[in-house]
Amino acid sequence: MNATLFALALFDGISYAALVFLVAVGLTLIFGVLRVLNVAHGSFYALGAYTTASIGSAIFAASFAPWLAFPLMLIAAIGVGILVGGPIEKLLLSRIYEMEDVLQILVTFAVFMILEDAQRLIWGVQPLFEATALNALGTIEVLGITYTVYQLIFLPIVAVAVLVALRVGLRRTLTGRLITAVTEDREAATSIGIDAEKVYLITFMVGASLAAFGGALASATTSVVPGMGADMIVLSFAVVATAGLGNIEGAALTALLIGLGRSFAVYLWPEVEVLVPYLIMLFVLLVRPQGLFGMPDARKI
Amino acid sequence: MKRLLIAAATASLVLTGSALADEKPDILKVGITTFLSGPASVFGEPAKAGAEMMIADINADGGIGGVPVEVYFVDEGAGGEALLAEYRRLVEDVGVDAMFASISSGNCTKIGPLAEDLKVLNIMWDCGTQRIFEENDFRYSFRTQANATPEMLSTVLYLLKTKPDLKTIAVVNQDYAWGRDSWAIFSTALKQLKPDVEVVAEFFPKFGAPDFSTEISRLQALRPDAILSTSWGGDLDTFVRQATQRGLTNTSTLVLPLAESSLERLGGALPAGHIVGARGDHYFLHPEKAGDAAFTSFVDDFKERTGAYPIYPVFHMAQALSALEGAYKKAISANGGAWPGDEAVIDAMSGLTFAGLGREVTIRDDNQGVEDQLLGTTVRVDGYDFALLDNMMMFDGDAITTPVGMISAEWLETLTPEFVDSVAFESFSHGS
Repeated sequence: MNATLFALALFDGISYAALVFLVAVGLTLIFGVLRVLNVAHGSFYALGAYTTASIGSAIFAASFAPWLAFPLMLIAAIGVGILVGGPIEKLLLSRIYEMEDVLQILVTFAVFMILEDAQRLIWGVQPLFEATALNALGTIEVLGITYTVYQLIFLPIVAVAVLVALRVGLRRTLTGRLITAVTEDREAATSIGIDAEKVYLITFMVGASLAAFGGALASATTSVVPGMGADMIVLSFAVVATAGLGNIEGAALTALLIGLGRSFAVYLWPEVEVLVPYLIMLFVLLVRPQGLFGMPDARKI
Repeated sequence: MKRLLIAAATASLVLTGSALADEKPDILKVGITTFLSGPASVFGEPAKAGAEMMIADINADGGIGGVPVEVYFVDEGAGGEALLAEYRRLVEDVGVDAMFASISSGNCTKIGPLAEDLKVLNIMWDCGTQRIFEENDFRYSFRTQANATPEMLSTVLYLLKTKPDLKTIAVVNQDYAWGRDSWAIFSTALKQLKPDVEVVAEFFPKFGAPDFSTEISRLQALRPDAILSTSWGGDLDTFVRQATQRGLTNTSTLVLPLAESSLERLGGALPAGHIVGARGDHYFLHPEKAGDAAFTSFVDDFKERTGAYPIYPVFHMAQALSALEGAYKKAISANGGAWPGDEAVIDAMSGLTFAGLGREVTIRDDNQGVEDQLLGTTVRVDGYDFALLDNMMMFDGDAITTPVGMISAEWLETLTPEFVDSVAFESFSHGS
């Protein structure tokens, strides 16, 4: 493997990692605050993708300006987070925080199944594709290989922006500090007047929006198909477990690790490509059962 | 003693009589397994819509042998055990007269022995694995279309006829049985027919992979003359779109044996000059059917009803229904016009020739159908916002189907480069 191929594998790995991070960070945020392993997280990813692709197809068929694709993604993601994520937290999850872990997994799994069928009812089974955002940014040639600007530059920038925003948001803003306080000790936070229920609701909607945002961004590069949420949730779990549940920076680093591992595998040993995320997870968890950045007591499952 | 003999003779007469002329049923019940959930519903849903339309047509004409057809659909996406249970329920409790199963080769493999147990006519209406009749001797199962061997072999032939100086090839197939098996057949055939072609990369990304960026970067660096992908559905769409977005389609020819089923969905994403197959002679603009009112009106009705043109699973369904109709007609006439017994219908399937919405298909001694294969190269034509086929070739099914009693892997090994010119084919251009 020469320097050129090394660089190419690096680029591919980073752009893949960016998408994985966006979905995984929502999952880990929800776990970190609510202590719920949300299996329905994959559904938000799929819903974000479906919403963006279907609205996009409609408005661009009516010849609206292509740049609208970018605000559309953000609006679709926030819309899914609030309109779908909100009721799920308020009506379902809020009733089961005190119950056993396994019940939470079963309930969120049921939500996942219901949402999968809802997608088939609304959007049917034929793959959707809407690449206006990607086409609007054009392509760029690096080392003789054509890349899309969207995947090579835009996605990593968005991922880094989300990471920074989450860090700053959690540490510097009032809402962020309230979230951190509830995460540290719910009872103490409630006793000094923090509305923990509201914090949970906001966190869940933010986490769901992040997953939907991942889906919205992915919809420009991939076919939107039934079952896409299930695949993403498995990969996100691998990222979150490797990073240590509830750790945001860890999710970023692990996503990068998995993205790079996967792309180098394609160059060096394509047969193991699909195994790479799980090999990394296996190796990390053998050495550090709590994950790369997890605290031993943070583990719930 | 004499009375006893007469009684025995009468009894035996009554018994044989009842075996010969079964009572004509009120309804002919047909069970169809098809994917209504999961990724393969891109095939299952159109096929279901097609079946409903065609059965309505059959019933409007008085049904099969004067008996109206009623259909029961089973979702293959429910998974192996549930599918087998539902299959058994339809045969034993509902009492279906024939089953069409299935799209998935894995499901066909599991259902074959079950159909033998239940002694029910089982038409393998879409599955492609060549192993079914090479490794089993079934009485009750029949395949009313070709299998993976002729499908892949015709693809190799088309590739070598259109690109005689092919030097390098790469493959990007889904990582499951079909992706692996189809590559095994394709690469074996290619090695026999043009031994100097070099395979420069073999990728088997995960089934349902959302991203092929890394594979595409690597393929851009390798620049193979041709890139084979037997993927289908969302996977194929994603791969083709990402390949086009990144300009891979400018440097390599894509060879896509199942892309007939993606043409319309891909829209502008599949440029001209790439090779497309159809798992048989299936194409909504079938070059020999342009003047056939039954064909064109079905295509128009289907488009109007579902919003999309019919794709190969719809045509496979047409073949299965046509075979069922043909077998009953043959058995009825063999029975002097009386309704035939179940076993007589099974007998009638052997050697049956029928046509769905394409060329004729014949069931061989091993219950495998012999079907001609259509391939073409994409072309952009005014009036359609997706790629159509040009420079089409229709390969003779007999020459490219593994002979009865042979295993495909072994038969392919006996082929030589001369085979390429020995297979009969006809050429068609777009609009001809």
